[in-house]
Amino acid sequence: MLTLVVIFLPLLFSAILFGLRKSQIAWRIALMGALAELVVTLIAFVGFDTQNVFNYTSDLNWISRLGVNFSFAMDGISLLMVGLTATLVPIIILADSKHNPVRPGSFYGLIMFMQSALMGVFTATDGLLFYIFWEAALLPIFFIVSMWGGENRVKITLKFFIYTIFGSLFMLVALVYLYSLTPAPQSFSFQSLYALDLSLSQQLFVGLSFFLAFAVKIPIFPFHTWQPNTYVVAPMAGSMLLSGIMLKMGVYGMLRLMVPLLPEAMSQYGIYGIVLAVIGLIYASIIAINQQEVKRLIAYSSLAHVGLIAAAVLTATAGSISGAVVQMIAHGVNVVGMFMIANIFLLRTQTTQISNLGGIAAIAPRFAIFFMVVMLGSVALPLTSGFPGEFMMLAGLFAYNPYIAAVAGVSVVLGAVYMFRLYQRSMYAELKVEKFEDLDTTESVAAIIIVALILVFGLYPGFITSLAEPAINALLAYKA
Amino acid sequence: MNTIIILTILAIVVLLLGISSKKQWLVPAIFIGLLLALVGNFLPQLLPASKTVHMLSVDSISKPFTSLMLVLTFLIFLIADHYFVVKKKTVEDVYAIILFSLIGAVILTMFTNMVMFFIGLEIMSVSLYILAGSKKTSSRSNEAAMKYFLMGTFSTGVLLLGITLIYGATGSFDLAQIGTLISSGNVMPSYLKAGILLLTIGVLFKIGAVPFHFWVPDVYHGAPTLITTYMATVVKIAGVVAFYRLYSQSFMGAKDMWTTLMAVMAVATIFVGNLSALHQDRVKRMLAYSSIAHTGYLMLALVAFDHKSVSYLFYYMVAYSVATIGVFSTLMLVRENIKEGTYSMFEGLAKRNSFLSFGMAVSLISLTGLPPLAGFMAKYLVFVQAINEGYLWLTIAAIIGTAISVVYYFRIIVAMYMKTPSDVKITLTTRSRVLLSLFILLTIALGVYPDMILNLCWCGM
Repeated sequence: MLTLVVIFLPLLFSAILFGLRKSQIAWRIALMGALAELVVTLIAFVGFDTQNVFNYTSDLNWISRLGVNFSFAMDGISLLMVGLTATLVPIIILADSKHNPVRPGSFYGLIMFMQSALMGVFTATDGLLFYIFWEAALLPIFFIVSMWGGENRVKITLKFFIYTIFGSLFMLVALVYLYSLTPAPQSFSFQSLYALDLSLSQQLFVGLSFFLAFAVKIPIFPFHTWQPNTYVVAPMAGSMLLSGIMLKMGVYGMLRLMVPLLPEAMSQYGIYGIVLAVIGLIYASIIAINQQEVKRLIAYSSLAHVGLIAAAVLTATAGSISGAVVQMIAHGVNVVGMFMIANIFLLRTQTTQISNLGGIAAIAPRFAIFFMVVMLGSVALPLTSGFPGEFMMLAGLFAYNPYIAAVAGVSVVLGAVYMFRLYQRSMYAELKVEKFEDLDTTESVAAIIIVALILVFGLYPGFITSLAEPAINALLAYKA
Repeated sequence: MNTIIILTILAIVVLLLGISSKKQWLVPAIFIGLLLALVGNFLPQLLPASKTVHMLSVDSISKPFTSLMLVLTFLIFLIADHYFVVKKKTVEDVYAIILFSLIGAVILTMFTNMVMFFIGLEIMSVSLYILAGSKKTSSRSNEAAMKYFLMGTFSTGVLLLGITLIYGATGSFDLAQIGTLISSGNVMPSYLKAGILLLTIGVLFKIGAVPFHFWVPDVYHGAPTLITTYMATVVKIAGVVAFYRLYSQSFMGAKDMWTTLMAVMAVATIFVGNLSALHQDRVKRMLAYSSIAHTGYLMLALVAFDHKSVSYLFYYMVAYSVATIGVFSTLMLVRENIKEGTYSMFEGLAKRNSFLSFGMAVSLISLTGLPPLAGFMAKYLVFVQAINEGYLWLTIAAIIGTAISVVYYFRIIVAMYMKTPSDVKITLTTRSRVLLSLFILLTIALGVYPDMILNLCWCGM
């Protein structure tokens, strides 16, 4: 029941927002909806019983003659992802207070619709349902970016859309193929898919199809070309949704479908995926160093971070996967912080070119502290949220293959280079902007929440790992 | 049987009403007649099968498809009323011919005999040749009619030759009898092979499959939009059902003679349809190619059929027809104000009439096949069927085709939502509003709850 509420509450608010006549109150209603969703999620956290892997199961008949059920449940990973989504959406809406989009009802309605779809992806336990929510999450972000985005948005979003559709259609083929292998009465439920005994060549086919879908979404090198442009043209809320939550769908999909289903293929061919991910990681880090524009820099840094996450998941070992889960949460919070910072630059100075910024720390101390914490979290300084996840993933990669880990480790250094460079050139150096207002109240609230989350998860990552580990072990145990 | 009788009477009444001066009764008479035909479809038949020498059978295949065609024709007349009022024309002849071609289409869902198959096909086709040219002053419409007629009669010849050869091989016109003869192997294989090949070519021509698709864009583009709508929905349904009846009842025993051929054609149809649609400037031509692509997906279900696939075919046809009618009716409403037929006519439609553009977007996304709309479920069912029957490669081809189709369907959506509008506002009549809401609701409801269709009575399957 609770899972259904988590999924359909945002949908309800989305419908209200779409039907709204008075557009001034759209922002407030959206915030209310997001907060209500957060409360429901908190209830889910409190009531979560760690004795069972799956909680809040609900299972309704849907397309009976095809064995498709309307079934949802949360294990630790789902719960964490739901928690991440429910926390980030109100922050995104808070940070968006100055935006005043045209047709705010539709804008915030789409955000709430997106949240609903994301919740569905993270809690579905039926393959077809998973796919449907997966695609349903794509439509709102397409419209958000292409209607409220910046220059050249139509072309860029269409490319993004076609890329992701293309990838995910292969996921559909793989899912249907698996479904056709299940014994009668055929079923799409994850449990019956997990129970399949696949030969190596079958695993390879299914694995490649899944990998294509997830690699486009995450994105993994060389499927990333849609990503930087899309992040740059998207309105702030769109960039945040894309980078903070949506790309986690890809990682989540790997965890949910590839790890338990394809153990042999993962152990034999996973290395190729890992190599691609690590190439992307280094490649993106190097490109990020040379960026002159804040949003693009964030896009590449995000590409680097998720490259490492993907590599860690593909090792299919418990340690690095739980590192990946920790880092998914940490990266989500960080990147939302980073995009908020980029947007504040844009609002105050009408530019995000790094060369036009400088010396801001002196006149906006609150903003400087906020930026500092987010940046440190992003370079994975110990005691910030970025550290434990990155450490666990690198340790896992090292156990898997020391050489790859050594190469991946370089990215931490590169990450420090581009982030410090950004901070130094925009916040210190000589003052280049005439005036720069410090954070106002709404922004401060959002900033304080982000800072608090970064510090709390840095100090106490055990909260995340203790929830995730039983679920990860269960995923790894299906074929062990 | 009841349906055919009622429709025939109705068509004659419509003609008579046209001669008399009581034209205001025209549309009400058609609505009542179609409703009666729908009811008659489910009542006990007036003429038992023996009266037709077992050439027609009203069974669990014909009933749902006939009903669907009647409902679609009803909807098309609801639009037609408005369409022709705007275009100011004598309409009774067009209306009557639509009804006559509907009779042919209905026969195509019922035949159990090659002769009836041929008669039904011809009743439908000959009426369509006239309908394609019903915009008498437009040279493009005349050209469409001429092309359609020449190519259509040629394919009819091929088809007839195919039927003859099959008769030569089996000595029978009866579908069931041909089926048992082929299964028992008691036939002349060379005649049969040639016959099936020619018959297949004829049928593929009629449903507009590659490489016999060249007439489709010209005819769809040239014919009045209303007729195009009719052709893209009712006529396509008739073709597909006829295909299903023929092959499932007669040629199952000779599967290896045509499945590979058909599978290759299906892939070709999907790719040619989707790739050609990419390059069109005119919306109607794009829709024609998209309709070819959908024929390809349907052929997938025909190649991979077993006893379940008829319900999937039906679902596909419902989803596809609803979306197609939605798209075409929007097209007609937009065309009332703007003469040119390129994508630019949709520019800024969201601001000119947000409801209309929303309906168009829903229909287009459904045609693309994105969840949670009906079009997704339709494609998905077909894919499940194909993969279950071992046609994984076909499904992958169809998936790639689907991904390509995003580009051209979304060109319209992009034009509607992201381009600056011309200042012409569009106001909708109440009827258009209601119809559009109906299409939107159906598209969403069918997608979310497909059991609505799938659990219909498929007795005797």
